[in-house]
Amino acid sequence: MSLELEAVTVVFRGNGRRPVPAVVEVTLQVERGQVVGLVGESGSGKSSLGKAAVGLLRPTSGCVRFNGKPVSAIGRRARPSSQLGLQMVLQNPFESLNPRRTVGNQIKDAMRASHLSKRLQDARLSQLLGVLGLAPDTAGKFPHQFSGGQRQRVAVARALAASPSMLILDEPFASLDASAQAQLANVLRVLADEEQVGMLVISHDLAIVRHIADRIAVMYLGTIVESGVASDVWSSALHPYTEALIGAIPKVDGRGALPIALPGEIADPANPPSGCRFHPRCPHAFAVCQVDSPVLIEASPGRNVACWLRHPDEAVRASGADGEADSDASSDEMLGRDSV
Amino acid sequence: MLVVFAMVVLTLWLVVVIFGPLLAPYGPSQQSSAVLSNPSVTHIFGTDELGRDELSRVISGARISIPFSFVIVAIALVIGSILGGLAGYLGGWVDGLIMRITDLFFAFPAIVLAMAIAAILGPSLTSSVVAVVVVAWPNYARVIRSLVLPAMHSDYVVTARLLGSSSVRALVRDVMPNVIGPMVVYSALGLGDAMLVLAGLSFLGLGSQPPTAEWGSMISDGAQYFEQWWLALFPGLAIVSVVLSLNVLGDRVRDTLDPRVNR
Repeated sequence: MSLELEAVTVVFRGNGRRPVPAVVEVTLQVERGQVVGLVGESGSGKSSLGKAAVGLLRPTSGCVRFNGKPVSAIGRRARPSSQLGLQMVLQNPFESLNPRRTVGNQIKDAMRASHLSKRLQDARLSQLLGVLGLAPDTAGKFPHQFSGGQRQRVAVARALAASPSMLILDEPFASLDASAQAQLANVLRVLADEEQVGMLVISHDLAIVRHIADRIAVMYLGTIVESGVASDVWSSALHPYTEALIGAIPKVDGRGALPIALPGEIADPANPPSGCRFHPRCPHAFAVCQVDSPVLIEASPGRNVACWLRHPDEAVRASGADGEADSDASSDEMLGRDSV
Repeated sequence: MLVVFAMVVLTLWLVVVIFGPLLAPYGPSQQSSAVLSNPSVTHIFGTDELGRDELSRVISGARISIPFSFVIVAIALVIGSILGGLAGYLGGWVDGLIMRITDLFFAFPAIVLAMAIAAILGPSLTSSVVAVVVVAWPNYARVIRSLVLPAMHSDYVVTARLLGSSSVRALVRDVMPNVIGPMVVYSALGLGDAMLVLAGLSFLGLGSQPPTAEWGSMISDGAQYFEQWWLALFPGLAIVSVVLSLNVLGDRVRDTLDPRVNR
């Protein structure tokens, strides 16, 4: 019982425009009861990966399996009932709720597959609203009567109403205030622990994700650059990008140190940098990084990283130590190339 | 306030349409010796060149203009909903084909096209109704398509599909509620348009034929008598009152059906 993505690549092709590879050869697995956090900046391909995982996007290559069966792209027919256990909460809670239908009706729609009686549906509805901290009169209201945070929770309640065994949440914390974030994080964790729901939580916020995720995968420009047990990734990041993401989080340690901003912008996926996709922004980039892209290797059991600095061959890493001096000049050069 | 006034006006017209013959003091074609007489106690709206009572003819005309406008809008709405709905739902080449067909109709000014069709079919009330339907349906198809197409790709439909709805079910359960409101408003406004074009065709002699009392042809007849202002004025006021009231009411219905408008 799991969700498996195998070398999934998603390329967007517009007529006449340069194809945009949003997701490149991503392999990822989520077990039941496991929470996997997928983190990265805006534009790193997280949402595209999530959509490909439920069949909203057809992977250009690679395949997605849910409980061992391939996940088919959604066509005109209803999704097969075997796949209804795989659900996704879309990113924008303002657009994912129907403006002209009551919230209660929309949540009950999600229970259709479970064939509950009307009374049981109502009971489940009020239970779900309660779990997510929404008032009981929520059901009779229209989406525009709620704040962004409330809508976000309504959207989660609706997905839960379908009793999924695997849930993909795209930025579920984005429009919530701190207390609602904590509440939702608890709800998700309990769901994973007690009902064995597997989750792929997509977020740009590593600080929240690390609290609920069992594993974390860090995505940069369409590829996974590091993955591992959440606490390991947090305490000892192997990839410079993960380090930068952690460094960018404000710390409450009493020293008043400002977070370190990662220099530059994420590159255009239609025109990715040569070699390692992160090298123009990497403080440790050296000669090899500009030429060859590092593959994802297993640094230790269950811990993967794609970085030349972590290459098992001593000679490769050593060349990095010499090459660091000229890395500044070369990264400027590469940034210049990007802006063309 | 304005809405109440519009409601009152339309209710009065509804009463006129239903109980017309009972309210009219004379028959619409009943002639008298008082030819072209001023509005007076015996003939409140005056009489025309054949001594027919203008009030009775306006009442009789209401029983043609108003019901036939409804018929026109109903037929145009059905054709437009089917074709526009298909275009928006299926997209792709079907959408392209249907939209190019509507473009064909938009290439001519509506009244000119309606005149041509009515003239080809031969001047009569039926052919003018057909002509107005033919020029009206592309508008409805366009509007429906423009409502259905983005809704089918909206996140709320995507979510409904994820939760197990087929695309047809999503069309009915999720897209329709978002289409019906705007369509009611558009149709209410369209009623006024239909009435104007229908009257316009009659005015030009391509619609209902004498001795039928129809507002458009009454204005046309009355326009020949410049001194006798009441002949064109009263059917004109009748058209204006109905069309304006429908517009006011249509706007209000839109606001009522939109849950996002706070009152």
